[in-house]
Order: sequence, then C-alpha cells, then structure tokens
Amino acid sequence: MTVPADPTPALQEYAHPEKLVTTQWLADNLGTDGLVVVESDEDVLLYETGHIPGAVKVDWHLDLNDQVTRDYVDGEGFAKLMDASGITRETTVVVYGDKSNWWAAYALWVFELFGHADVRLLDGGRAAWQAEGREMTTSADGAPAATTGYPVVQRDDAPIRAYREDVLDFLGGQLIDVRSPQEFSGERTHMPDYPQEGTVRGGHIPSARSVPWARAAAEDGRFRSRPELEAIYREELGFDTAAPVIAYCRIGERSAHTWFVLRYLLGFEDVRNYDGSWTEWGNAVRLPITVGTEPGEVPAR
Amino acid sequence: MSTGSTPADGAELPAAFAEIADDFHALTGRDRLQLLLEFANDLPELPPRYAEHPELLEPVPECQSPIFLVTEVEGSGREATARLFFSAPPEAPTTRGFASILAEALDGRTVGEVLDTPDTVTGALGLAEVVSLLRLNGMAGMLARIKRQLRLKAGL
Repeated sequence: MTVPADPTPALQEYAHPEKLVTTQWLADNLGTDGLVVVESDEDVLLYETGHIPGAVKVDWHLDLNDQVTRDYVDGEGFAKLMDASGITRETTVVVYGDKSNWWAAYALWVFELFGHADVRLLDGGRAAWQAEGREMTTSADGAPAATTGYPVVQRDDAPIRAYREDVLDFLGGQLIDVRSPQEFSGERTHMPDYPQEGTVRGGHIPSARSVPWARAAAEDGRFRSRPELEAIYREELGFDTAAPVIAYCRIGERSAHTWFVLRYLLGFEDVRNYDGSWTEWGNAVRLPITVGTEPGEVPAR
Repeated sequence: MSTGSTPADGAELPAAFAEIADDFHALTGRDRLQLLLEFANDLPELPPRYAEHPELLEPVPECQSPIFLVTEVEGSGREATARLFFSAPPEAPTTRGFASILAEALDGRTVGEVLDTPDTVTGALGLAEVVSLLRLNGMAGMLARIKRQLRLKAGL
C-alpha cells in the first residue's frame, strides 16, 4: 500500500507531481505506515551529524555502487540493502540529501533501475528542511525495523540508463551535458574543486548541448517552477518532449538531477542518464570529442 | 600494534598515527564512522588571527568540500615546530574529520617528523571501508599541501 501523493497546489504544475513532496507534507507524514525516508548525501558523515527523524541512510558510493565492477549493485545486493533499510517492494520512499538533492536524485534513479514503484524526492532536500528549523536528530528512534523478502529483481537498465555505445549511436540527438561551462569547453577536465575525478582529455561529446544542472535549482535548493524549466529546456534548447534525451556529466550524479527534471517535472517520455559520462567518454579509446563552447559537428563514421 | 596500521609500503606508522589507527581498527562499521564524527566535532577553531583573515589560508581542491589550511613554523630546519590550522564548514563533517586527525597527529610535532610521515598513512587508518578510497584522496591532498608549506617555511 503506497502513501497518497502530496496534494500541495504548487507541485501540481509539474508533469508528475507525485514524484515530489514538500517539507511540510513530509513533516505531517513522518511515521506513516508504508513510508520510509532515505537520506543520501555526498558527505558520508552528514547523516550522522543529524537527520530527519526516522530516516535511514543510503550512501551512493558504499551502498549503491558495486565495489569491484564500475556498476551498480545487483538484484541481490539491492534486496539486501532494502531489507536492512526496512523497505518492502510496496513502500513509499522519500529521498532527500545535500547539495540541492544531487545525490538524492542519483539514489532515486538507482531505485528506479530496480523498478521500485514509488520513490519521491523531498523538494529542496536537507538544506530546505534545516532552513525551516525542522526537527533533526542523531537518534535512531523511529527508524524502520529491518524487513525481509524484498524480491531479487533483475536490474532493468535499458529504459533509463545509457551506455557509451548507445551514446555513440545517439550523436546529433537531444544530448545534454550538465557540467560546468569550463568542463564543457575543455578548459577544465574536472568540476571546480573535484580534481581527483578528472580525465585525460577536456571537452564534450560531439553535438551535446550545455546546460549546467544547477540552472534547474533555485537558490533554496528547490526545483525551479515549471515555466522557468520550460524556458530552459524547451525554448532555449528547443528540445521535444516526445523525442529521446540522454543526459551526462562526469560520473552521472549531476545528470541524474537533470534526468529527474526532464522526466518527471517536464514530462519528457524517454530520458536516459549516461552514468559512464565524461570520466568514461573523455578517457575512452577511439571516441571523438569536441573542444570549445559550441556543440560541434557529428563526426563521420 | 595491529597489522592493520601498517601502511601499504611496509614502513612503520609514526606513533601518533599508529595510535589513531588502532582506535579506528578497534571499531567496526558505524562505530568507526562515529569516531570520525568525534574527530570532526573536535576540530579546533581557527585562532582570531586567521579567522579574521581567511585569505591567508590555502584551499585544498582535492577535497570535495571547502577546506582551507595554513601552517606555521616556529624555528627553522627539521627541528622547528610545525603548527597546523584548518577551516572547514560544519556541513562537511568528513572533511573536518580528516583535518582533525591530521591536527591531532601532526600539530606541534617537528617539521622533520611531519615531512617523514609516509604519504600512504591516510590509507592505513581503516577508513577506506567506511568512507571509501575516493573520499580519502582529500586527506592525502591535505597532507601533501601541509608538507609543501612546511618545507618552504622551514627553509628546507
């Protein structure tokens, strides 16, 4: 049994308002049967400093990534994580995190690789909750008891995840690069302040359009309004909601944020996140790149 | 000393790090993270001469969160005393924890002792399993910057 959607009027303008909840709705619904709150942050210790009462922690690196292959955990690994987190296949999951919900959006995307039906984001994430002076705790009281029997589901990557071969066949399509302008042009090979995740070559995938992910977030970390988002992705880029889109960044986390915006807030029908992203493409043998601020031509093959 | 506190290259850990490493290795999982959080909470405040002049501190871009550090040398050469100061915001507890470990192990030691600290020390604390190797790169970045500053300031 899933928990009813947040009826807040402000959310109803989005294509899929059921994928977002407000801080007020969450505060009112904490402790509801069938609802589990998940915190997913960049900083692995932030949850321990205090979290929303009853929230469980899922770390993108330690819990969701396979530790041997550059890939996500398999069905057994995911089922084990869900059981330990008190999440059943029917549970409504609300994810929130730091940095305008980057990592929360990434976690949500991984949940959807496993077809978990009802996963939502807390609009504004951890910062919005804290800014409103809402309760935070270091206590484990109220955390869901571990459950058993989450099904071992084969991950279904194809609908929402792109591999590099998919991207190579997609050049000239609605390809969007959500990194900083300096990474896009090739001036930098890493995000400002993240040099350890750099690449050999700077630039972008030929034909990609540049829209840094943060343009979709307001100053308070919440998503921008639908008209503001339409202005960026529909009008400025001229993207068509019925045609497929692939988004990428450096490792797929910032592009998960844009993936969420396009898929659920603007209702694009077919959006995939290329998690190999620039750390794969920029280093890969025999793949073409474009340097500079223009999208660039699709190379002849 | 536990075998877990030997760096990858086989060299003995400096005593201060060995003690910290043993404390971490004595714990598992979430308790190990809690200890890192205690370090984060115990990171000393900047003295006013730096708190009022943040431009004097050097950024550490290897860390995913904003952290700044500055060193002072009392005396010259390898026998001089090394002083370390760090600044990182409360929303970056992992980074604060790393800084706090370095402060506890190295602040007040001789410049020579700090320079002799093996670069592999950050991997020997038992933190890779609980915070991941990727994140530990930030701590190695801090240590490298500390050593470079000290070398310059001690005239080595």
